[in-house]
This record gives sequence, structure tokens and C-alpha cells, in this order.
Amino acid sequence: MTAAFVAGADASSEVPLKRRLKRAERTRRLKALALILPLLLFLLFTFLGPIAGMLWRSVDDWEVRQVMPHTVAALADWDGKDVPGEPAFAALAGDIRTARDAGTVAIASKRLNYALNGFRTIMSGTARNLKALPEPGTAKDTLIGINPAWGERATWAAIKGASGPLTSFYLLGALDLTRNLDGAIVAAPEEQAIYRDVFGRTFTISLGVTVLCLILGFPVAYMLATLPTGQSNVLMIFVLLPFWTSLLVRTCAWIVVLQSEGIVNDSLRWIGLIDEPLRLIYNRFGVYVAMTHVLLPFMILPLYSSMRSISPAYMRAAASLGASPVTAFLRIYLPQTVPGIGAGSLLVFILAIGYYITPALVGGAADQMISYFIAFYTTETVNWGLASALGAVLLLATLLLAVVYGKLVHGQQVTGGMKN
Amino acid sequence: MSDNHSPRTASQRIAWITTVVVASLVLVFLMAPILAIMPLSFSSGSYLTYPLPGFSLRWYEDFLNSPRWVSSLKNSVIIGVASTILSMVLGTLASLGLAQWKSKFKPLVLAIVLSPVVVPGVITAVGLYFFFAPLGLTGSYAGLILAHTALSTPFVVITVSATLQSFDMNLARAAASLGASPIYAFRRVILPLILPGLASGALFAFATSFDEVVVVLFMAGPEQRTLPREMFSGIRENISPTITAAAVILTTISVILLATLEALRRRNERLKGNLR
Repeated sequence: MTAAFVAGADASSEVPLKRRLKRAERTRRLKALALILPLLLFLLFTFLGPIAGMLWRSVDDWEVRQVMPHTVAALADWDGKDVPGEPAFAALAGDIRTARDAGTVAIASKRLNYALNGFRTIMSGTARNLKALPEPGTAKDTLIGINPAWGERATWAAIKGASGPLTSFYLLGALDLTRNLDGAIVAAPEEQAIYRDVFGRTFTISLGVTVLCLILGFPVAYMLATLPTGQSNVLMIFVLLPFWTSLLVRTCAWIVVLQSEGIVNDSLRWIGLIDEPLRLIYNRFGVYVAMTHVLLPFMILPLYSSMRSISPAYMRAAASLGASPVTAFLRIYLPQTVPGIGAGSLLVFILAIGYYITPALVGGAADQMISYFIAFYTTETVNWGLASALGAVLLLATLLLAVVYGKLVHGQQVTGGMKN
Repeated sequence: MSDNHSPRTASQRIAWITTVVVASLVLVFLMAPILAIMPLSFSSGSYLTYPLPGFSLRWYEDFLNSPRWVSSLKNSVIIGVASTILSMVLGTLASLGLAQWKSKFKPLVLAIVLSPVVVPGVITAVGLYFFFAPLGLTGSYAGLILAHTALSTPFVVITVSATLQSFDMNLARAAASLGASPIYAFRRVILPLILPGLASGALFAFATSFDEVVVVLFMAGPEQRTLPREMFSGIRENISPTITAAAVILTTISVILLATLEALRRRNERLKGNLR
């Protein structure tokens, strides 16, 4: 702005005012960009890059291509209708010998085993028993002699399907789909088809938590918005303190409160309602309670701010025109809270579908949400392709909802420290 | 506003009383579990049940004498402070730039800057794990500080941008017209006025890092375990009263952060009131 100021004051110079103003405006814009740029570059390295890398891994198919390059090349124009000819077998025998010497058989067989269960055994057995390169022309018979599976179309189709460089295998797998021998997309075999179930569960739990938060949050927001500011500020502490308390503290607190020797069970037993302790934790009930507790402030705060902006004059006007309190509430008050309900519900839902820590600690095996499986495939079984594909689906769902949320709140400020 | 809840008819009064009762129960639901575990940390017994056999500070002693817990607290503070400083520098610069940048790309840039808040923690953590491992940044303080900075900067940008929005740019123009250089005007005019906003941003950033556990779960080596990370494994294995002591310590820190934030907000509102 200083530049613009100086340019305006200095009218005696020869450059026309219009051009000088334009130049000043450009310097100004460049200066602003220079201030934003460090953060953008930083996020490129610490956030956007990593996420792009994860998305890349969900389609990247490098293992077979790298370990068995000659086989991949020999299969390039195989039509997949019949077992390939001698050249492909010779290439395979050569690749397996090389891979065995380089110690890379396991890399390719791990990938091939995802495509065809049992492939690991085929590969390791062949690598072990193939003592020398077969004589020219005998590769096919030698390999089928070592393992008859080499004489099957499915074995070769698995290699062809895994020969990269890009694959839809993991993304299809994340949606319980697979390709059959002819390359058509079909439903995955039943024992592998678990992810639609997991996505469905993630959706159900998130929706349940959102509805619970709305039911519990609405009266609180209404009370806080209606009470005089002094009183509502004091009561707001009851919302903000849990909001600021560590997620782990709150999860830990629920385990202590709900466990079989916990306060809730003890009180119920003391009253005489139950004889045996109820199972309240490490199941779906515990997940609902703990997640609702953690996410409730994210519902109350946007609801509160939308209710605060509703003038009481509307309700008085409705009453003076003869509306009953119920009608006035339903027809006048409630419609005005819809933006708040929408914003709060979407926020809670977006946060809920990505939850990992709380279900992992208070849920049972059947209550784990999609994030758990992403973490599991990343660190436990090291199936990074599948982990990335599941992550890609979750990311897509989250971003779509976030765009809707952004349109809804229209650049309104976001409150609070998000917790996962 | 206050006359809104003075109901005229009996049915309205009943409706209001019901609302208050239900809302109060929900507020109890929000506070009760946090309050319920606090006394357990002062128990002299080793079971997490009431009634307490007696009062003692043995679990706090246990916490302070355990190298695992103490080093985790130290790690949390190191990573929290370092990532707060870094995100304050990056976030404040970006907010200043965003405040005076007019472009059709601004919503896009803003969306990118704020996206770490929206993206599920596991996705960020997995992405960083893949990306940082070949660079040798997993199992290092540097990697965690960078990751936490990315996660907390959006909160700095949100808070500082909000402060700048309410800042009267004419003051900066006045300073410039009186001959102040841009840097001098920033230091003597802009900075003192936006300082409470910056402080709130810093508190948000610190709280974000201090509470973060998913990225730490993937990226921290045994040397960099933070307090929430240590609590996570503690809860997984077996909840001991030492964990409740850790919970009380964590909550105390949260309360201090919240109280400071609230004080800053009040002060800011008072200042604004004086200006009008």
C-alpha cells in the first residue's frame, strides 16, 4: 500500500498514472504471494506431497515389473485366451533365476499372492527347484514339471494382471471388486469381500453418532442461546472444557466409568437394577457413547451460533399473530436453525468417518472403522497398495463432504481443535 | 434476548423447564467422565474403583519417577513448542499475505491451507509415513515437528486471519503517511494490535500438537513417544492409576490453555469496546 501511496503522490514523473498504478498493484500482489508462498511450499512437502504419494501407491504396480521384466515383456501381447507359448516360459525361467540370485523373489510373489492365493508357494517352489536355466525349447515342460500350476491360464493371467505400470487392482479391491480371467470387473470372492461391510459400518456408526449429537446438542444449544449472556457464558465452560480436554483423557475416562467394575455398573448394582455387571465397553455401545461425547461440542457450537443470531422478535411476532408455541417453534424457529443443524451435522459426520483412536480403544473387533483397516494394512501386513486404496476412498468421501460443508457455511470461520 | 425465556403460559413454562432439565443432563454427561477419573488419581489403592480406600499422591510420584512418562511429557513439550513456533511464523506470514491478496485463486489456496484440518488423521499419518521413511524422517523429532506444524498451521491461519479482518488498515496507512517504513509500521502499529490474536493462534497450535496421537503413532520411534502416545499404549495394555495421574496432568494443561485463551478473548473484546 506504501507503493501505491508513493505512486499517487509523485505525479510529476513521465510514466502515465494508469500504468504506474497497475505496476504498483502488481508489486502489491507479488508481495502478498511472497508471504503465502512459504506456507504453500511447506505444505507441499509435509502434506500435499505425502497425500499425493499415498494416492499414487493405490494405483502403482511396480513389483512384478521390476523383478520379472522379461516375463512382463513376453506377456505384453498375450491375448490371455490360452496358456502362453514357449518364449514366455523361457523368459519366466530366466527372470526367476535372476530374482533368486538377487533375493527379490519374495517381492514379486507377495504382490502375485494378492492376485492369486497360493502364488507365493508356486514362486518359492519354482525358485527352489529350478536348478539351472532349462535347455532352449524345454522351458515350458520343465516349469510345468516343477509345478503344474504353470500350465494354468489363471497363473499367467495373475502375472499379466500384475505387470503394471498402473493397476486398478487395489482400488477395485477396496470396493470388493476384482477382475476375472477375461478382465471383466466382477464381485470379489466372498472371503475377501469385507470392505463394503467396513464402509457400511463406518457410515452407520458416523450417522448414529451424528444423530445422537443432534438430539443431545439441540437442547443444550437452545438453552445456551436463550439464557442471558452471563449465565450462558458460565454454562459454556461445560462445553468448552471437554472440548479442550485431550481425546485420550476422555476415552480413558469412559473406559474407567463404563468398565465392569466402573461407576455406572457399581451404581446400577447398588440400586439393585442388575446383579451381573453389564458389558458397556469394548462393544458398539461404548463406541457410540465415547464418540458422541467427543464430537458433541462440534455440534453444539455451530448450533449455538446459528440460534444466537435468531431474533426473539420473530417468536413474539408469531405468538401475537396467534400461533401456538409449538407451531411457532416448528414453523418459525426451527427453519432458521437449519443452517446450523446442517453445518454441525456435516462437521460431526466428516470427523466421525475418519475416527481411529476412539474405536480402536473402546470398540471390539466388529466395531472397527475404515481408518483401523488403513492403519492395519500399513503397519501390520504391509499391504501398502490396499491401505492406500482404502485411504483414497475415505479421502474422496471426506473431501466431497467438506466441499458441501464449505458451500454451506460459506467461508464462516471454523471453530476448535479437531481431534481424531 | 433475556425476555425470550420468560414463558407466559403454563405449557411454555413446562417446555422450557424440560429443555433446561434435558440440557443440564447433557452438560453433566459432557463433564462427568472427566471429573470422575480425577479423584482416582489420588487414590491410595491400586484399583480404579470407588469408594477410594484413602488419599495419596503415590501415582503422581510414580509418574514423576518413571523415565517413560517423564520423557514422554518432555517430548510433548519439545514437539509442541517447536511446531508452534514454526506454524506461527508460516501461518502469520500467510495470513498477512492472504489479507491483502485478491485473486480468483484465493478460495483454492485457502482450501489447501485449511485442508490438514479436514483430512482424516490416519490418511495424513499414512501418507507421511510413506513419504518421510525414505528421507529418514520417521523416528525423528524433525519429522514429528514438521508433521505437527502442518496440522496446526490451519488454526493459526484461521485465528490470525480473523484478527486481521477486524484490524483497521487505515492505522497502517496513517503510519505510512507519517513516514513509517512498512517494517516499522508493522512492529509498532500492527503487531501490538494483533498480538492477542497471535497468542490465541499459538495456543491453538500448541494444543493441536499436544493432543495429536495418530501421526505420532505411525512416525515416532521409542525415543520420541509423546504423552498421548504413552497414554494410548497404557490404555491398550492395562489402565493403571498412573494413567489417571497423567490424565489429570494433561487436563490441567488444557484448562490453563483454555483459561488463557478466554482471558485473551475478553481482553480483546474490552479493547474493541473502548475503541468504539
